[in-house]
Amino acid sequence: MLQEHAKIVDFIAAAEGVTGRKKLQKMIYIMKKMDLPFQEKYEFHIYGPYSEELTARVHELCDMGFLTEALEDKGSYVQYKYTVTAEGMEFRKVLGKSVLDNPSTAGKLNAKSGRFLELTATLLYFDNLNRQEQIDKLHVVKGKLNFTAEEIDEAFAFIEGLRS
Amino acid sequence: MSYATQKLAEEKVFKDPVHRYIHVRDQVIWDLINSREVQRLRRIKQLGTSYLVFHGAEHSRFNHSLGVYEIVRRISDDIFHGRPEWDESERLVVLCAALLHDLGHGPFSHSFEKVFSVDHEEFTREILLGDTEVNEILLKVSAEFPKKVAEVIAKTYSNKQVVSLISSQIDADRMDYLQRDAYYTGVSYGHFDMERILRVMRPLDDQVVIKSSGMHAVEDYIMSRYQMYWQVYFHPVARSAEVILRKILQRAKELSESGYKFEQPPTHFLAFFDRSFTLKEYLALDEGVLMTYFQLWMTERDPILSDLCDRFVNRRLFQYVDFDPGKDYKKLGELAQLFHSAGIDPEYYLIDDSTSDLPYDFYRPGEEEERLPIHLLMPNGDIKELSRLSQIVDAISGKRRTDYKLYFPAELLIDGKKTAIKQQILEMLREGGL
Repeated sequence: MLQEHAKIVDFIAAAEGVTGRKKLQKMIYIMKKMDLPFQEKYEFHIYGPYSEELTARVHELCDMGFLTEALEDKGSYVQYKYTVTAEGMEFRKVLGKSVLDNPSTAGKLNAKSGRFLELTATLLYFDNLNRQEQIDKLHVVKGKLNFTAEEIDEAFAFIEGLRS
Repeated sequence: MSYATQKLAEEKVFKDPVHRYIHVRDQVIWDLINSREVQRLRRIKQLGTSYLVFHGAEHSRFNHSLGVYEIVRRISDDIFHGRPEWDESERLVVLCAALLHDLGHGPFSHSFEKVFSVDHEEFTREILLGDTEVNEILLKVSAEFPKKVAEVIAKTYSNKQVVSLISSQIDADRMDYLQRDAYYTGVSYGHFDMERILRVMRPLDDQVVIKSSGMHAVEDYIMSRYQMYWQVYFHPVARSAEVILRKILQRAKELSESGYKFEQPPTHFLAFFDRSFTLKEYLALDEGVLMTYFQLWMTERDPILSDLCDRFVNRRLFQYVDFDPGKDYKKLGELAQLFHSAGIDPEYYLIDDSTSDLPYDFYRPGEEEERLPIHLLMPNGDIKELSRLSQIVDAISGKRRTDYKLYFPAELLIDGKKTAIKQQILEMLREGGL
């Protein structure tokens, strides 16, 4: 019961909070692509892989008082910061076992920018294609972001690192 | 004449209760409709378990697929035809995508996908690109054509206008299912003036916009959607049936993995239990197959499997109470312990379920929303986001509503021998203990 909610709380706790809805979406997607048992279903949206189920679950966790959602003004834009509350930590403890093989992975993902995670998640979304096709597809769906060859190489290396 | 432009000698029509007639002139569309994979959609209900609440809701994904095709055909052939902002060469790809957008749905999709961790969209892609009759037909158009159709459905196609017609906050998919589901369930919500909306839709840059004179028709559509979600799609009794269905599949999987000897072995499910399934095995499933297993399993020796199947087949559904998971999750643990002590397995007989919906939302720069807004085209050519002009839509924009329920078999607690534990459970459930 509420196991899927507990996984999200556990992940955000392991990451010591996540700033940015987009970032959180891509982090969970990347973890899922690394075969971690997150159940949220993803589709392709404006910023790449996106899960309506995850959005709903995070909203529910805020309602339940296990997460806080704080609006951070970044000047030209605003971002939401998610942190686990004391009640959320208790919920995490009661509901049990972490699904994260290596909790530091959450921190590794969190250290990356939203742009980089969007790039990485989008490449993973097309991982049924060969490398060149993945890159071509990235430029079709993310043309406006003008990802450089260096960024793309770094994302592929990052994926390799997560898999090894 | 190439296959892509080949027309039937005579137009074919399907009588339809929502659109009156569905018109087919293209050979490609006719061939697709007659393919095995599209015909399979006749055997999958559009609304899953809702027929147990709304007895008329027996319509199939086939009906809906034809309906979406018809709406897109009208947009492409009548509304957008001849407009410089619309690329006429996209006509066939968008018609095929409309017809095939739900191709990967399985039997009782929602429950099946949850238990077996599969995704109908991946199956849609596999059917379009794999060894299927649909793929064979699409390949006759061109080598790249199946991939193009798959990209439109996956929302990764380069022409965003084409994607928007199939998938956006005001798309042909929703316009058909709201009206169709309202018709077959018999509810009075879900109706809106689609004719008006279609007449004011315009292709513009990389999106589809609505002339501002059609704003009130769009408001009506958004409110219809809101009502349908809460009155039909999230009906608590239909959710009870969904819960039982999920538990049947979960139980069958657990028994199979534990080496239980079925009297009626779950042959069609084995490849899903160990995740070794092929596309062929997936396509062999439909709701007739599942219902046959459920009927046969009603006499299985395992008391949980037989009971759950009997409940589903004979509509002996679980009762429910509202609960607040944030406040009650520890009590839920206590309740599960009490169920154990009463000899009732809480894994199968005490189930929490939540559902939520966001009726309309829009992209606010920098706020990372991922929904494409509905844009209104003003008389002076400006574009305005719908909720900026509509007070009704503004009132529900970005407002998510969630409903939590706890499902349980009331008669197992009420009937038979009364015990102190059962009494305690009933008190917790009924008297606000949760």
